[in-house]
Amino acid sequence: MQQNKQTVKNNNHKILRRGVLASVLMVGFGFALVPLYDVICDITGLNGKTGVLAAENVTEQNIDHTVVVQFDGTVNSDLPWSFKPEQFSMEVVPGKLYHTEYVALNQSKADVTGQAIPSVAPAKASIYFSKTECFCFTEQLLTAGEKKQMPVTFIVSPDIPKDIDVLTLSYTFFNKNRMTAEQQVAGNASHEEIEI
Amino acid sequence: MSHDITHNEIGHDHHDHKPKGFVKRWLMTTNHKDIGTLYLVFALAMFILGGAMAMVIRLELFQPGLQFIEPHFFNQMTTMHALVMIFGAVMPAFVGLANWMIPLMIGAPDMALPRMNNWSFWILPFAFTMLLATFFMDGGAPAGGWTMYPPLVLQGGHNVGFLVFAVHMMGISSIMGAINVIATIMNMRAPNVGYLNMPLFVWTWLITAFLLIAVMPVLAGAVTMVLTDRYFATSFFNAAGGGDPVLFQHLFWFFGHPEVYIMILPAFGIVSEIIPTFARKPLFGYVSMVYATAAIAFLSFIVWAHHMFSVGMPLGGELYFMYATMMIAVPTGVKIFNWVATMWKGSMTFETPMLWSLAFVVLFSIGGFSGVMMALAPVDLQYHDTYFIVAHFHYVLVTGAVYGIIAGVYYWLPKWSGHMYSERLGKIHFWWSTISVNVLFFPQHFLGLAGMPRRIPDYSTQFAEFNMMSSIGGFAFGLAQVFFVYIVWKTVRGGEKATDQVWDDAKGLEWTVPSPAPYHTFEEFGPVDLDKMAHGKIH
Repeated sequence: MQQNKQTVKNNNHKILRRGVLASVLMVGFGFALVPLYDVICDITGLNGKTGVLAAENVTEQNIDHTVVVQFDGTVNSDLPWSFKPEQFSMEVVPGKLYHTEYVALNQSKADVTGQAIPSVAPAKASIYFSKTECFCFTEQLLTAGEKKQMPVTFIVSPDIPKDIDVLTLSYTFFNKNRMTAEQQVAGNASHEEIEI
Repeated sequence: MSHDITHNEIGHDHHDHKPKGFVKRWLMTTNHKDIGTLYLVFALAMFILGGAMAMVIRLELFQPGLQFIEPHFFNQMTTMHALVMIFGAVMPAFVGLANWMIPLMIGAPDMALPRMNNWSFWILPFAFTMLLATFFMDGGAPAGGWTMYPPLVLQGGHNVGFLVFAVHMMGISSIMGAINVIATIMNMRAPNVGYLNMPLFVWTWLITAFLLIAVMPVLAGAVTMVLTDRYFATSFFNAAGGGDPVLFQHLFWFFGHPEVYIMILPAFGIVSEIIPTFARKPLFGYVSMVYATAAIAFLSFIVWAHHMFSVGMPLGGELYFMYATMMIAVPTGVKIFNWVATMWKGSMTFETPMLWSLAFVVLFSIGGFSGVMMALAPVDLQYHDTYFIVAHFHYVLVTGAVYGIIAGVYYWLPKWSGHMYSERLGKIHFWWSTISVNVLFFPQHFLGLAGMPRRIPDYSTQFAEFNMMSSIGGFAFGLAQVFFVYIVWKTVRGGEKATDQVWDDAKGLEWTVPSPAPYHTFEEFGPVDLDKMAHGKIH
C-alpha cells in the first residue's frame, strides 16, 4: 500500500510537470501568433498591407483594363495636423508608375513628428498595389505651422484581377512624439501621469 | 473484493479530523471538501456583487435619458459586471463543484495535488481585491468592455495595470485548478473505475480542464501585450508603431471562444447527472455524450473569428467561420436529444434540481438557436453589438451555466450539509427565477433586432417599453437570487436530516458515503462497488 501511494504521488507530480509545461508552451504560442499574424497578413494581403513589387520588373502594361485609385487621408486624434490628398482619385493603367501628393499642415504651436500608416481596400487588391516611394516610409517632422507636400509614387500590378475596378489608398497619420515621450517615461521609470 | 468500501466502514472507522480555528481550518486547508466550499461561497459572493452591478445597469436603462449614473460609470458597470460574473462567479463555482464532487464520484481520497489546490483558491480573493480596488482610484474601474480591446482599454488610466495583473492571477488560479482536475481524474480513480465508467460530470470537467490549459495562457499573453503597450512603449496593437489592434481581437477570441465552452461543459455534466436520477432511467447515449463533449471542445478552437465578422474579413474567411460555427450545433443537438431521450417514458418526478435542469434544457436551447442565427455572417452584421447578442449570451450563461450550477447545488446540497433544503422554497425560487429571467432577457431579442446598441446608457424612445419590461424582470430575478442565498443559509444551518442515498435510486459513488459527507472519504485506496455507479457495468 505504501509503495502504491508513492507511485500515485509520483504520477501526480508527472502530470503537474506536464501541465505546467503545456501552459508555458501555450504562453509562447500566444506570442508566436504575433509574427505569424504579420506573415499571414503579408502573404494574403489581409488588413490592407500593401505588396512589394519592384517597378523595374514590370515591363508589360495591361492597357485594356484600367483601375480607379481613390486617395484618402485621416489624422489620429492625438495629432494636431490637417492632412488630405491633393487629388481624390486617378484612373491608372496597371503596370505604369504614377505620382501623387498629399498635403499636411501642422496646426499647433510646437514641432511635431508624425508617422503615416497606409492601408489598401479592398483587402484582396492590396497585394497588387505597391509604393515605390512614399512619405510613409519614414517619420515626418513638421515645425510649428509648417505646411508640406507629401509625395507618393505607386504602381498597380498588371496581374490585378479584372473584377477589381476601384481601390482605395488610405493613410492615417499618428503622433510619433507621443510614443517617444512614453518611451522616455518608461525608460526613466518616472511616476509622472501619462495623458493619452 | 475485500477492499470494497461500504459507507458503514467509513462512518465508524474514521472520525472527522477537522482542524480547529479559522486559519487552520480554512486558510491552510488542503481538504477537497473545504476548498470546494470556499470556492462555492466565494462564487456566491461574487454572484451577488456582479448581480448588484447588473441592477445598476437595469436601473439606468429603466427609462430613456440619463437618470441615475454618469455614462462613464455605466461603462464601468457593464465591464466589471462581466469580469466579476465570468471570472468570479461562474468559473469558481464550477471549480468548487469539481473539488467537492470529482473525488467523491471516482472514489479518490482527495484531489491529486492538495497544497496546490489551496493555493489556486486563495489567489482568487487577492485577484478580485485588486480588480475591485480600481473603483476607488482616479479614473475609476476598467470601462472599455470585458473584452479589453485596445486602443480603448489603454485609455482607462492606471486601472489597466490592475486589470492585467488581476487577469494574470485569475488565469494562474484556473490553470492550477485545471491541472489538479486532470491529475485527479487520470491518476486517482479507484483502481476498478475505467475512463468509460466515469460519471458525465467528471468527463465534462476533464475536457474543460484541457480547454483551460490550452487557452488561459493565450489570454495571459494577450493582456501582457496590452500592459507593455500601455507602459513600455511596445506596439503590439498600436498602428502607429506597426502593430495592429485587430491582432488583439484574434488573440482574445482564440481564448474567448473556448472560454464560453469552459463555462457551459460542466453544466452539461451536471444536468446529465440530474436528469437520469429524476427520470429514473440510465442516461441515454452515454458514449455519444462523451464524444459530443469532445467534439464541441475541438470545434471551439477553430471558430473564434465569428466574433469578428464585422471587423472585416475576406469572403472565404467569413464562409469558413460561418460553416465551422454552425457545425457546433450538431454535437450540441446530440446532447439535447440524449437528454430528451433519457426522459422519454421515464417515471419522472419534478423535485427542484430536476426543474432547474429541465429549464436549462429548454432555455439553453433558445440561447443555442439565437447563436446559430448569429453564426450566419450576412445577418450577424445587423445583430453585432446590439441587445440581440446580449440576449443570446445571457440565455446561454444565465439560464445555461448559472441554472446548471443552481441545479447542482440543490442536487448535492443535502450531501454536503446533511440537511434537505425546503422543497417548497426551492420551487418558489425556481418559478420566481424562471418567469423573471424570461421577462428580463426575452424582450432584449426584440430590442436588438430593432437596433438598440449594447453598452450605451441611453436609448431612443421607441425602445422604452421593452427596456422597462426587461428592467422589471431584472429586479425580480435579482431579488430571487437573494432568496436563494437565504435558502442555502437556512439549509446549511438546519432542517430535515438527509438520508445517505438522498434521492431514490440515484446512481453514483457520492450517494454511498454518509450525509453530510465526512471530512475524509475513500481513504483506503481500493476498488469500489461498480454497481453503485451509473455507468459502472454497462461498458
